[in-house]
Amino acid sequence: MTTTRVGPPAGPASAFDVDAVRADFPILHTTVHGRPLVYVDNAATSQKPRQVIEATDRYYAEQNANIHRGVYYLSERATAAYEDVREKAARFINAAEAREVIFVRGTTEAINLVASSWGRANLSAGDEVLVTAMEHHSNIVPWQLICEERGAVLRVIPMSRQGELLLDEARRLVTPKTKLLALAHVSNSLGTINPVRELAAVAHGWGAVVLVDGAQAAPHLKVDVRALGADFYTVSGHKMFGPTGIGLLYGRADLLEAMPPYQGGGDMIRSVTFAKTTYAPIPSKFEAGTPNIAGVVGLGAALDYLNALPWPAVMAHEHDLHDRAVVQLSEIPGVTIIGTAKHKASVVSFTMDGVHPHDVGTIVDQEGVAVRTGHHCTQPVMDFLQIAATTRASFAFYNTRADVDALVRAVKKVREMFA
Amino acid sequence: MTDLRGLYDELILDHNRNPRNVKVVEPATGTAEGNNPLCGDALALTLRQEGDVIADIGITFPGRKGCAISTASASLMTGAVKGKTVQEAEALFQAFHRMITAPDSQPVDEKTLGKLAALAGARRFASRTKCASLAWHTLHAALTNAAAPVTTE
Repeated sequence: MTTTRVGPPAGPASAFDVDAVRADFPILHTTVHGRPLVYVDNAATSQKPRQVIEATDRYYAEQNANIHRGVYYLSERATAAYEDVREKAARFINAAEAREVIFVRGTTEAINLVASSWGRANLSAGDEVLVTAMEHHSNIVPWQLICEERGAVLRVIPMSRQGELLLDEARRLVTPKTKLLALAHVSNSLGTINPVRELAAVAHGWGAVVLVDGAQAAPHLKVDVRALGADFYTVSGHKMFGPTGIGLLYGRADLLEAMPPYQGGGDMIRSVTFAKTTYAPIPSKFEAGTPNIAGVVGLGAALDYLNALPWPAVMAHEHDLHDRAVVQLSEIPGVTIIGTAKHKASVVSFTMDGVHPHDVGTIVDQEGVAVRTGHHCTQPVMDFLQIAATTRASFAFYNTRADVDALVRAVKKVREMFA
Repeated sequence: MTDLRGLYDELILDHNRNPRNVKVVEPATGTAEGNNPLCGDALALTLRQEGDVIADIGITFPGRKGCAISTASASLMTGAVKGKTVQEAEALFQAFHRMITAPDSQPVDEKTLGKLAALAGARRFASRTKCASLAWHTLHAALTNAAAPVTTE
């Protein structure tokens, strides 16, 4: 293996070389409790390839300077690197223009920005914001806050016990009062891939705008914000193999231009006097203060890495891992798979009769298996299904069938211990 | 798996399967609720004091049953404090708290703690010590009749 390779080797799409990819992720070659790490908590955060780690290192070692206002070489280079990633990110999600991409800390900040800025300008008493029953808390709480402030009402599209949104109910709930529909592209606790395009069309039919939480989709699916009909789309860098603390807010240019600033500070102004301040055009208007430049550079490396993957084969591989886990876990007595929608990403949530997920998590950890346990920041989903919590395994392209088998072996040990 | 054998001791597995004193004490002189928002563990505690003595104590799990550590700890707690004076129960709480927050290298005061020493293994798992402590904080609240529900967060 040479050190100049920037991504996995290109090959026939049907032959995804998972071992070659794994070689790029240093942490996958470490041990936990004396056992090889089996990392299947990718919906919480993903691991980073050395290309991302090295890009961040290189930025600090060779390129670090503040952006946008320096007239010297380093600053101009840092600015170019930063703005290059904006172009790259725009292409990644198929935005019409790079200025429609705002760098933020992550999906949570992206949603808060829209709720606060767009919400304050567009919501009044009696208006409705529509979310779904399977949203992450970060796509519920910002809307509750702004609805309370503006006297607007939060409504919820219900789902089935399998974890699919009830589309007839959704069509009934969208009315002229609906000003915004906010929904997850992919559910973090159930894995459901939602019919965003159909729901966006319904919302647009009544003049509502649509925000799509793409935190769980961008690492697994090809995202095309225009084909989806997303007016806003949010992405977390750390869930797509990039650094923590960096993410994207996509917003349609006309919407962003009409929105008031979210935070005030440097870089977001055109001119400041004590009498009146005028604001910079988008995207700068929404990027007050020195941004996470190293994070943006690292995210750029992650986008390069993802772009180099043989996508149809990667998706088939993740699908295979999902199906293998579902089949094998279902054979263990007392195990129930939570989230059985027809269209799913590689997330497998489950419960085990008589065993709390936290006990499952502690026991499988001793086998080197890292899973998530708890409510996954979707307490309304747990309440609806009348469960306290689940154990969740979530796969990325670098996981293997051997990882699934290790997970299953570890869960069988739990069953034996609690027999 | 030696670490786990310490945490999931047979005594703990037994008290998880068959928690003792699962009931509502009526009339109660002290009640409290405990919650661990991290995992959804929830506990309702009722007790009746006669003079200075905890004459009866009961626990119920109003939500879904908690994890093995929190369920077993609650069950063991009821057995340990029933028939004891309030002062003795608070002293046990202090001893339990010392055990569960001490580094793993510290000896366990088995003489004072008796069966409760079975929960010492939880202190090796930073994320699980709250599970073991929930019942005791709830007991403390019931004895002092604190109004607000107990939370581990």
